[in-house]
Amino acid sequence: MTDKDGPAHPQARLRRIFVESEGTMMRAETMISTAPAATTIHPRWVRVCHWINALAILVMIGSGWQIYNASPLFDFLVFPRQIALGNWLAGALLWHFAAMWVLVINGVVYVTLGIVTGRFRRKLLPIRPGDVVADMKAALTFKLAHDDLSRYNAVQNLLYTGVILAGVVIVLSGLSIWKPVQLQELTALFGGYDAARYVHFFAMAAIVGFIVVHVALALIVPKSLRAMITGR
Amino acid sequence: MRQRRTIPGVDPKLLIKDATRVMPDASRRSFLRGAASLGALTFLTGCDIIDGDTAESVLRKISEFNDGAQAALFSRTKLAPTYPESAITRPFPFNAYYDEDEAPQVDGETYKLEVAGLVDSKKPWTLEELHALPEVSQITRHICVEGWSAIGSWQGTPLSEFLKRIGADTRAKYVWFKCAEGYTNTIDMPTALHPQTQLTFKFDNKILPRSYGFPMKIRMPTKLGFKNPKYVVAMEVTNTDKGGYWEDKGYNWFSGL
Repeated sequence: MTDKDGPAHPQARLRRIFVESEGTMMRAETMISTAPAATTIHPRWVRVCHWINALAILVMIGSGWQIYNASPLFDFLVFPRQIALGNWLAGALLWHFAAMWVLVINGVVYVTLGIVTGRFRRKLLPIRPGDVVADMKAALTFKLAHDDLSRYNAVQNLLYTGVILAGVVIVLSGLSIWKPVQLQELTALFGGYDAARYVHFFAMAAIVGFIVVHVALALIVPKSLRAMITGR
Repeated sequence: MRQRRTIPGVDPKLLIKDATRVMPDASRRSFLRGAASLGALTFLTGCDIIDGDTAESVLRKISEFNDGAQAALFSRTKLAPTYPESAITRPFPFNAYYDEDEAPQVDGETYKLEVAGLVDSKKPWTLEELHALPEVSQITRHICVEGWSAIGSWQGTPLSEFLKRIGADTRAKYVWFKCAEGYTNTIDMPTALHPQTQLTFKFDNKILPRSYGFPMKIRMPTKLGFKNPKYVVAMEVTNTDKGGYWEDKGYNWFSGL
């Protein structure tokens, strides 16, 4: 939209003048031409998928810890009953195999839309090691800027991409443990039944690690939490 | 400690303790505990969805749905992976909800397998008659609902062969088993007819020791360990799901692998 197209909307003109003074005319034009929708940071489908996933993953982790306790992989690690879901093994399994449907169906919808709409490519790629190192340094010294929530920094790109991949691994290794006969080819891909249990465990550990960092950062930058609720 | 390397996460001495530990305490409200996770759930949903019988009945409904999903996924011809003799877990763990010295002691001399339900011949089978049936062998992985696994070697006769001999109506939905100590178990007919489902009389080519289920266990490498009953004294071909010891306590009914 330029002045030659005819009389510009007064408000649009105002905004354009304002933004020109900031020296970011390109962005301002996009903002004006596509009107209010452009200010949406997270489209509705992202927010809905995010919170369904948050709920499902909490149930999966809580019940998974209880299941783990029935036959721990490591001598030094047993999860306290108070933070494990299901009361005992049968209850935990019922929770785990109920929430799995929510996690998987929601995950498939999310990943499909992420690819089809181009959101993953646009928001998460490319990930350059140099950017990651620079942004990591900035983050650790509290110098990382968060004024534009619609753009992820390189550390976010790395973590979000990583957790999506961990999600794929935890679902596939979980299927390998659940169905080591019917899906034995998949189980073999993970190195057999026993190895798949370790893969499943470490994918859980990676996701828990992500959640700790993710929640801490969302609380440090509360407007990012607001954006995931209201969209802007 | 050598055991720990062969079966990750399993100390055979602790198995019995584990079995006790996972047993439900009758005084507890079954599946709904787990303060922190539930707290988080309540926080996220803004309401208390976990309280009462509703959650439990919903979970049981989903578990029934999962029975159907697993039955659909079950292949009548797909075989469980088999292993070489060198892969056998030694010693193979004893596992039950009671101590090893409390395991049933069945007298092989007087033993008779009772046969009931939708069959032509309800004549009981002596151990001698059972041992005369054609023998097949398998070295497969036993996977416990708790997560650990162990590879064992079992010899016996295919259950499908036995069902044929007693003139069972294989259009029936279930086969029900009863064990000497009162343990019970119901399986679906497709699993009963699976080529690897076996009336087992031997472990590692020797008559089953008491701890592994003398005189007869039912071995199904397509189902979790607790669906493989030991000390079997009766079976019934039926269209009624008569449940089972652990299934009634909340383990998934189909429990297929």
